[in-house]
Amino acid sequence: MDVFLDEFFNAEVMLKYLPDIIDGFWVTLWLAFLVVISGLTIGLALALLRAYQNPFVNAGIILFVDLFRALPPLVIIIVGFFGLPFVGIRLSGFLISWLSLTCVLAAFTEEIYWAGITSVNKGQWEAARSTGLGFGGTLCFVVIPQAIRMTIPPLTNRTIAITKNTALASVVAVPEMLTVAQTSLAYAANTSPLTLAAAGYLLIFFPLTMLSRWIETRFAWKR
Amino acid sequence: MARVEPVVEAIAIHKSFGDVEVLKGVNLTVAPQELVFIIGPSGSGKSTLLRCCNLLEEPTSGVVRITGEDITGVGVDINQVRQRIGMVFQSFNLYPHMSALGNVSLALRKVKKQPRAQAEAKAHEALERVGLAHKADAYPTELSGGQQQRVAIARAIAMEPDVMLFDEPTSALDPELVGSVLEVMRELRNSGMTMVVVSHEMRFARDAADRVLFMDAGMVVEQGTPAEVFGAPKHERTKAFLASVSGH
Repeated sequence: MDVFLDEFFNAEVMLKYLPDIIDGFWVTLWLAFLVVISGLTIGLALALLRAYQNPFVNAGIILFVDLFRALPPLVIIIVGFFGLPFVGIRLSGFLISWLSLTCVLAAFTEEIYWAGITSVNKGQWEAARSTGLGFGGTLCFVVIPQAIRMTIPPLTNRTIAITKNTALASVVAVPEMLTVAQTSLAYAANTSPLTLAAAGYLLIFFPLTMLSRWIETRFAWKR
Repeated sequence: MARVEPVVEAIAIHKSFGDVEVLKGVNLTVAPQELVFIIGPSGSGKSTLLRCCNLLEEPTSGVVRITGEDITGVGVDINQVRQRIGMVFQSFNLYPHMSALGNVSLALRKVKKQPRAQAEAKAHEALERVGLAHKADAYPTELSGGQQQRVAIARAIAMEPDVMLFDEPTSALDPELVGSVLEVMRELRNSGMTMVVVSHEMRFARDAADRVLFMDAGMVVEQGTPAEVFGAPKHERTKAFLASVSGH
């Protein structure tokens, strides 16, 4: 038992590396925040675009969506970081991680939004169009608000699942929480920094899960 | 006497869904302030005809004119035209995420571009007219079917249309709720609204309609005053249909 406590809850080690872990915490939080914002926004934009039913645009969207849903996020990050320089594009690990996870989140959420849009009753379209509201107006004011409400549970689920992948940024030397924890672990020859990181992840994602639950109840309407 | 411009004029409307021809050259003319009632067995094309009048269905061929304007031509701004044609659906189709007031004022704000205060005042007026001003803040799920349909009527009349189309407005309602909707329709009719009603409410047709059209198999079989069609139907198919529904 003492060995376990010393290995995972060594106060001395924890205290020593806490400032570094906190730095990493902010990087992780910032990266997660950016991924959520850009991923959800681009996903919605793609779903809206898809609603216009242009065959060429839709083929492009579906290719994008299927590609980024199929590839493991780690593969995308590694290919981006080590592959893109060969075609003259050199981006920081942070930027690559952000872009990769944004694409993955956008791909998954596009499908979710799209499912929501198609499940809105046809009568809603007809009622709105019969008052003279155009296609875009109907989409924005009538269909999307309903589609989003219907899909909040899968949306928040996906968002949390994909945003947790910020830890993958450690493979491309982004000084996020897991990277810092691993480095500290190596220096200290003790696993306690990892415990700190675990606590840090809980600190970020536990409120996020609670927030999603709150959103689910807040935006549900009585049926 | 000068010819009165019809509000709705549908000429030789054909409509096919794939291989199935639902409308086989139907004509429909509705004079100002007239209430035209369309009856017929299900699948006879009456709803499709109604939906061709505001181009929710695009006729395969034929011309639709609204107050003289050909709306089936190229380059017609259909959103402009639809503002002048109110439509009420069998399943109400209220927006579930908006209050009654929100439902009625949406098109006023977003289509007629009225400021919110003005649109909501107008919406209140419309709700008042259908007897639901006190339910302005209620959401559709908090309303009975009859109330929902009256909100849907308010949503249409708030736009001050030239004509109102009713597509089986009471078919989805419990029998005891039908009366309140018919009452609102009667009030509308008395105020001079031009109306086309597809419905099975024969009693309402009898005492409110100016003209009754009987449709079967994509064609208008016969038409005339309620007394003529109900009292002395000329065609066998009309007789058979009326006999089949008179059991109600």
